[in-house]
Amino acid sequence: MERFKFPSEEWIKAYKEELNKNEAYAEAAKDWEGDFLFIVTPDEGLEKEMVFYVDLWHGKCREAYMLPSREAKTAEFVYEGPYSNWKKLIMGQLDPIQSLLMRKFKLKGNMAKIMRYTKAASELVKTASKVPTEFI
Amino acid sequence: MWEFTSPKSIVFGEGALEYLREIEGRKALIVTDKVIRDLGFVEKVANHLIDAGLSIEIFDEVEPEPSKETITKCAKHAELFEPDWIVGLGGGSCIDAAKASWALYERSDIQIDEISPLQKLGLRKKAKLIAIPTTSGTGSEATWAIVITDTKERRKMELASKELVADIVILDPQFPLTMPKRLVADTGVDALVNALEAYISQWRNYFSDFLAINAVRAIFKHLPRSYSNSQDKEAKENMHYAATIAGLAFSNSQICVAHAMGHALGALFKISHGRSVAAVLTFAVEYMAKEAMERFGALADAVGIKAETGKEALEKFVQALKRLLKDVDEPTSIRELGINWSDFQSELDNLVERALGSTGTIASPRVPTAEDYRRLFVYAYEGKTVDF
Repeated sequence: MERFKFPSEEWIKAYKEELNKNEAYAEAAKDWEGDFLFIVTPDEGLEKEMVFYVDLWHGKCREAYMLPSREAKTAEFVYEGPYSNWKKLIMGQLDPIQSLLMRKFKLKGNMAKIMRYTKAASELVKTASKVPTEFI
Repeated sequence: MWEFTSPKSIVFGEGALEYLREIEGRKALIVTDKVIRDLGFVEKVANHLIDAGLSIEIFDEVEPEPSKETITKCAKHAELFEPDWIVGLGGGSCIDAAKASWALYERSDIQIDEISPLQKLGLRKKAKLIAIPTTSGTGSEATWAIVITDTKERRKMELASKELVADIVILDPQFPLTMPKRLVADTGVDALVNALEAYISQWRNYFSDFLAINAVRAIFKHLPRSYSNSQDKEAKENMHYAATIAGLAFSNSQICVAHAMGHALGALFKISHGRSVAAVLTFAVEYMAKEAMERFGALADAVGIKAETGKEALEKFVQALKRLLKDVDEPTSIRELGINWSDFQSELDNLVERALGSTGTIASPRVPTAEDYRRLFVYAYEGKTVDF
């Protein structure tokens, strides 16, 4: 099975494909309109901050690609955490919402909006664990 | 890593209310409802606080399942009075209203739906919170969660912040003695579902487990007695503590499918929380058990059920839940809530959409899809054993 290096452009493309196959996400986010920055901050061998842009619309991912920096594009929500925690999340060792509560990740944006889509948010992040991933 | 959050102090036992005489401060706003005032409870609390040297104001306009509008009104009242203590006195609605209006009093720059575990509120700059439950059910006095009704959108808003946990909880067994029978059952079932779901949630932990399973055991033992005998002081006192313990458990674990469905039902059909969760409880249990058989086995064991297999334990546990609900005259299906089929069908899409958006969905041991919820609601309406 092909594995995608995280973080990379190939990985976020594979993530987009996986998210668009996720029926649980599609139904939970059928009314969702809003985009995200996924930010991977350096630690454990990752030397430079990596930023993904993910555009979500009515249960589907319209666009997903890497950005040169967090300043390159604004998004409605920013989900941010260190590389080591992303690794645990992708390996299914961290619950996406619990890890927010324990401040292993930070989420910026309109909380009132996202709290009405908790299942969609959970599926959005859990999909990362479905991408066959190779770490640096 | 996980974190257990609880009130700074829980004062309990006969005479607990007298602790209020030791409170230091200038002004206290008592947030309550008219029934609690008519029962004379507000006067008792106010007298102790006056003895402690505080001046008092009372906001007694909290309605069952309080609305955003009531919270805003109470927060404005607090802004004018400038209390350094907010006292939530009453059932879960009064305590939730006290917590929510306290947050808005401290943070007039935010909207109520911005309260979330991820937002730093910076409370306690103006006031602290005392919670005095007069019912034995919601556990709101011990939790960092609030449920407020958005009447325009007919939706329960599940808000939470660790900062919202009370500074002082007072559990005085004199209060539950006067609860009407219906309220004993509605609130007691609420406490049962809080404890049960805390025990099976994906976010359960060592601390919540101990509290949850003991609360379930205590509620099975004391709720029928408390309901059938208004003079059974021991049962009522035990229920009062068990409800708070269940609150501590689920506040540090999570709610699950019965709450997600119950909140949706309650908001759309204006049914009390206890009756809503009662009507869906056994169906939610049967559904979740496919991924939590061992946990339900432990719960069955805790309430004295003997079984050879997990399947047998689950079946007997569901029967025991049904018996308990019937013993306290609670509904065991949605139909028994008096909702007719055509009204139910016309709201089915909304029920599914609201349940799916509930925080109870994500931490359930088995996470329902929209189709699962649709079937679960129909099965719960018809009273059918869940077979999927």
